[in-house]
Formats: sequence, structure tokens, C-alpha cells
Amino acid sequence: MESQERKNKTLIVIPAFNEEEKIHDVVQEIRREVPEAVVLVVNDGSRDRTEEQARAGGARVLTHPFNMGYGVTLQTGYKYALKYGFDFVLQMDGDGQHDPGYLPVLLREVREEGVDVVIGSRFLGEGNYRAARLRQVGICLFRFLASRLCGQKITDPTSGYQALNRRAVEFCARDSFPGDYPDADVLVMMHRAGLRLREVPVQMHPNARGRSMHSGLKPLYYIYKMCLSIALNLIRRERPSR
Amino acid sequence: MFLHQKIFAVVASFLIMAVVVELVRRRKLREEYSWLWLLTGAVIIVLVMWYDLLVAITRLIGAIAPTTTLFIFGLLFLMLISLHYSIQISKLSYQVKEMGQQLALLRGRVEDQTDPEGECSIPPGKTPEKD
Repeated sequence: MESQERKNKTLIVIPAFNEEEKIHDVVQEIRREVPEAVVLVVNDGSRDRTEEQARAGGARVLTHPFNMGYGVTLQTGYKYALKYGFDFVLQMDGDGQHDPGYLPVLLREVREEGVDVVIGSRFLGEGNYRAARLRQVGICLFRFLASRLCGQKITDPTSGYQALNRRAVEFCARDSFPGDYPDADVLVMMHRAGLRLREVPVQMHPNARGRSMHSGLKPLYYIYKMCLSIALNLIRRERPSR
Repeated sequence: MFLHQKIFAVVASFLIMAVVVELVRRRKLREEYSWLWLLTGAVIIVLVMWYDLLVAITRLIGAIAPTTTLFIFGLLFLMLISLHYSIQISKLSYQVKEMGQQLALLRGRVEDQTDPEGECSIPPGKTPEKD
């Protein structure tokens, strides 16, 4: 009984920064899709009513005292999951880009033996996601790098739509987890730490507001930072447990 | 080296050291950061008093004018200090990150306990696995 109950402990982590328009509906939709899971919105120091809206939607909310970045926000969710003994963490964005309809799919996959991280890929057939030009270049580059370095085909290394089991969550809650944009570098780190990755096709909606995390000169910095991060990970030996 | 050059250099380094000591005394500068500045002042005094040492170092590194040696080491020193500050800032950012996360987690827990009406999936009072 006890173990059966524990098996079902699933946490859905939604990092949110100034998402007051969407977050309420996103949370409600998620709760319809996976009613047994706990929905946790980690509010990264939003200046709007994200916290109230998420709560009104029925989510648990943790609020950062100030904006600390996407990676840190995710990690707060992981730490929460570890603290309260969750076995699986699903993470998705709060802007409505990720379709909650795929949550059960991700969850089913990550519950299987032999896989620690399930990545929802928008490039495996489902939907027809179109990215901006520069973004496409970046995605291609990291797709190539991640695939080579992980020894398996990774089509969407920048996807924030993922499912992790406890082992992967423990890995991500460690200090080495990057604070700004965890992406391809984390996948490479995970692979090198012995975690097993798998991709499943998901559909993603275009960002309705057209406002992405990556705008202006940021994509260039992003590409630079990601390459550096991957390179440093290669010369750094890290094991899943210290 | 002329006498008044020496006097100027010695006075300048004593001033630096005096300011550092005063800052530490007023607790505006922490002791662990002060030694580096005191050391700088001391090195300048030593080089002024013992000019041959400066000349020897100049020959050792292959420079021609002793002033070059001073400038090179001055620059190197400033670069090292900046690097030191970068390390400190990285450490502080890490600590601030940890603190922000802890604060968010603790606040969530406190809110659970103080607001039983709120819709929360973790029952209030449930002890977490580890703190």
C-alpha cells in the first residue's frame, strides 16, 4: 500500500516569470490531464499577479524573493520534489507553449524501467513547429552536439518539456546544475553521469505573445555559453553521486 | 632614484596602509580582505628602500627600465585582484541562489501551516524527508 502510494507521487514543476495571463488556465488544464499529480508553480520573482493566478488555478506556489533565472527556478522545483519525496517530476513551461495533453505520455515513459529522463521533442513528427531562423541554427547546432556527445539521436535538446525520475532529479538538484538556461549541456552532463535519456514526440504551440526568453543579442550569447558549458563538462569528471 | 621620489613613494604606501587599517578599524573592510592591501603597501616600501632588488627583478624578467617592472607588476596585481573579486562574486551568487531557494521552500512550508484553508496538496504538518 505504502509503496503503491509512493509510486504515484508525481510533481509537475512549472517555472513562471510574469505569466499572469496564461498561468491560471495552464494549471487548470494540467490538473484536468493528470489529476493525481501535484502542480507546483515556481514563481521566479514575478512583478505581476502570477502567484495569485497560479494559486487560483489550484497550484502550489513557491515564490523566489527576486528573479534568479530559468535554471534556478527549475532547480527549486527539483529541491521541493526531493524534500517531499516525489518520485517523478514533470516540467513544462507556464506560457501555454507546451500542450498538457502530453503529460500522461511523458509520465508513462518515465515510469518505465531503463529510462531516467524523457524529453518531449517537437521535431519527431507531432505538430508542425516552426522556429525563427536564428533559433533554427542554434537548435541544429545543439541537436548535432547533443546527439554526438550523448551517443544517441537527440532531436530537441532545447526542449523544456521533460519528465525525470528521482535519480535524475537528484542529479539536477546538485550544485553543478546551471542557473541560466539548462539545455543541451544538461543533457550531455546527464548522459555522462550515466542517466538514460529518451525522446518522445510532443506538439508545441507557438508562443502566443511572441516573447521568448531568447531575444535580441541573447541567442548569440546563448550559443557561446552553451558551447563553453558543454566543453567544460567534457573536461570535468562527474559522477551521479559524490 | 631621487630622494623626493622615494619620499613620495613611501608616503603614498603609508597612506594606503593607514587607510586600510582605518577601514578595518571602522569595520568597513573585513580583515580577510585587508592583508592584500597591506601587503601591497609593504612591497612598495621594500622596493623603494631596496632599489637594487627592483633592478635585479628587472634584469630577471628581461625588462630594461625598472619602471617597466613596476608597471608590469602593478598591472598583474590589479588583474589578480579582479580575478579574486570574480571568484568572490561567483561564490556570493551561489550563496544568494541557495538562500533564495531555501527561502522559497521555507515560505511555502510556512504558508501551508498558517493557511489551512488554502488548497494545498501536501497536508500541513507533514514532515519532509529531510531539511
